[in-house]
Amino acid sequence: MPVSTYIDAIARGMWEEMERDPSVFLLGEDIGAYGGAFKATKGFQEHFGADRVIDTPLSEAAIIGAATGAALAGMRPVAEMQFADFVTCGFNQLVTNTAKIHYRWHIPVPMVVRLPTGGYIHGGPYHSASTEAWFFHVPGLKIVAPSTPADAKGLMKAAVRDDNPVLFFEFKYLYRRIRGEVPDGDHLVPIGRGVIRREGDDVTVITYGSTTHFAMEAADIVAQEDGIGTRIVDLRSLAPLDTEMILEAVRATGKVLIVHEAALTGGVGGEVAALIAEHAFTDLDAPIRRVCALDTPVPFAPALEEVVLPDTGRIVQAIRGLYRF
Amino acid sequence: MARTEVIMPQMGESIAEGTIVKWYKKVGDRIRKDETILEISTDKVDSEIPSPAAGILVEILIKEQQTVPVRTVLAYIDAEGMGDGSHGPVVESPRPAAVPEPPPVQRDAAPREALPHRGRFYSPLVLNIARTEGVGMEDLERIPGTGEGGRVSKNDILRYVAARGSKPAAPHAGGAADARPPLPGNEILPMSNVMQKMAEHMVQSVRTSPHVSAVHEVDMSAVLRHRMEHTKAFEAANGFKLTFTPYIVDAVVKAIKKYPLINSSLDGDKIIRKSSINIGLAVAAENGLLVPVVRHAEAMNFLGLARAVNDLVVRTRNRKLVPDDVQGGTFTISNYGIFGTMIGTPIINQPQIAILGTGAVVKRPVVIADAIAIRSMAYFTLSFDHRIVDGALGGMFLAEIVRVLEELDPDMKA
Repeated sequence: MPVSTYIDAIARGMWEEMERDPSVFLLGEDIGAYGGAFKATKGFQEHFGADRVIDTPLSEAAIIGAATGAALAGMRPVAEMQFADFVTCGFNQLVTNTAKIHYRWHIPVPMVVRLPTGGYIHGGPYHSASTEAWFFHVPGLKIVAPSTPADAKGLMKAAVRDDNPVLFFEFKYLYRRIRGEVPDGDHLVPIGRGVIRREGDDVTVITYGSTTHFAMEAADIVAQEDGIGTRIVDLRSLAPLDTEMILEAVRATGKVLIVHEAALTGGVGGEVAALIAEHAFTDLDAPIRRVCALDTPVPFAPALEEVVLPDTGRIVQAIRGLYRF
Repeated sequence: MARTEVIMPQMGESIAEGTIVKWYKKVGDRIRKDETILEISTDKVDSEIPSPAAGILVEILIKEQQTVPVRTVLAYIDAEGMGDGSHGPVVESPRPAAVPEPPPVQRDAAPREALPHRGRFYSPLVLNIARTEGVGMEDLERIPGTGEGGRVSKNDILRYVAARGSKPAAPHAGGAADARPPLPGNEILPMSNVMQKMAEHMVQSVRTSPHVSAVHEVDMSAVLRHRMEHTKAFEAANGFKLTFTPYIVDAVVKAIKKYPLINSSLDGDKIIRKSSINIGLAVAAENGLLVPVVRHAEAMNFLGLARAVNDLVVRTRNRKLVPDDVQGGTFTISNYGIFGTMIGTPIINQPQIAILGTGAVVKRPVVIADAIAIRSMAYFTLSFDHRIVDGALGGMFLAEIVRVLEELDPDMKA
């Protein structure tokens, strides 16, 4: 199987879908001639032409509004937010229009919004935000957040083919930092299904995206140094959530740590914790714990960013604490 | 020191003892007057006991799962220092000044303390395992914990269960014990108090009374029709559904009035004929069989009976029965027909001398005036104590119940 970076896997997914289906097209700021801020769409305009790889004005409302209109007209747009932070300017389109159209008029809105998300890149408070929780609360939107190149391609292809609006959170930190095997051809990852990244009987870690990799590192450390077995659930999809996998993984150990890069308060982890408390209370052998970002904007200073965002060390400590409990 | 005794209450005229199910408060807890401090179980029902005084629980004399006679002192409450309500002489366990760095994790850490551990925290999972594996609270308190602060972890209790192997917690008394160890995979479940008492009563009843069961067919068409015609107006007027039960209670009461010997009990060589007719209704409740009683049914019209029945059924479901609700019955009705059972042979609820079992009402072809008709039929069984009731009386009494139901006045006020 060919090995690819995370960002190349995303590009590969879009490329294949554009070749497969002429109704798929891209739009966003500087995605054409410039190839995108992160070069995810490098070479796309040359190959597919300016009609299918459209440079837009600097307006997220216009990008999402145009994509929504095109989707209503039968197209399958993939819209890029240059940074997930900037989606706020398109928030009204996304939440008021895109998410509710099928509910209100029974017309499908098949579109993908790509959101380069998160920190660990010294991008400062306006280029490092994790915004998934805002949309997690909105019925009518699907949300995916892949952590590996294979899932990035498979979820991109599944998102393009889905008849619902799908928010595709792609982790900037992972773009060129991780490489992995990516299946050729029609590799689809079903939306709404998590995956067990590691088996273990002592503590369950539930996570997604960038922090999946920190959790894997932490699991290696506590296995070697303490003999603790860590089970890791990578959610991959946030909406819908893989409730069944979450509850099964809780039952396997009775001890749960939830990890995400987004801020603690009001995060996706709170909902996961509530699900567990509601449906698996008698399977819990310890309080549910969370390792998330502190409730502050992401600082620019690298030393401060390290403190604010979750890292392997904090996860190691939390796993040990749960194990001892 | 003003010490108030918490005593095992007399929960009903015939109740001699009670079992402590659960202490909701522990020594040192501050308690308001009438706040629930413990739950007791008698041979009738379970009840929560309110505190007789405000104060601090200073001593618990009787532990959970112990059975003691009524009026036994269970605990002491010290009312001193409650005047201002906030500065009582509560001794709080001292907090450590600084939490030391936790010791490094050890896979096979030795148990930290010897037994037993009172008031220790148990996680939902540990309590869940304890219940399914039949580990009682006393046994749980003896398991050494390797978790934080000596907590019993999932692995601790699983280790305990594995080590205990085929030696389960001491079974409760009753029945011939099966001395063989249970086969692997077999589950050992504790009997609830209500269940244990049911077992005792049933064995004792069969030993006491020579049971005879007589079965009579009853055509319920008139009852069905009456109920159908009145059900809407009845529910609108009274706020609850019109069921079959009051019709049957009504018929039984009328039949007892005609054959009052049925409403008796036997005391040595004397028959005691009861002045009031108190009809017990067997109800399958969450934790076992309960028989709440409609008292003074002889003085009630149909609506009164319907209200009394509904009140008891609702309170049985909500676990709001008090011990007196399940005492003093003089005759019992068991409606196993709701499960589809056609014919049963119920066991008499001692010290009564007869019980009526009502089977499922189903449409059947029957011969009426040499023609075949479809009627809603049921089988009613009367089990009676042949020491007092002979076949003639039993048969006539049962026939009278059937007659009342079959000849129900269509204009009877519902």
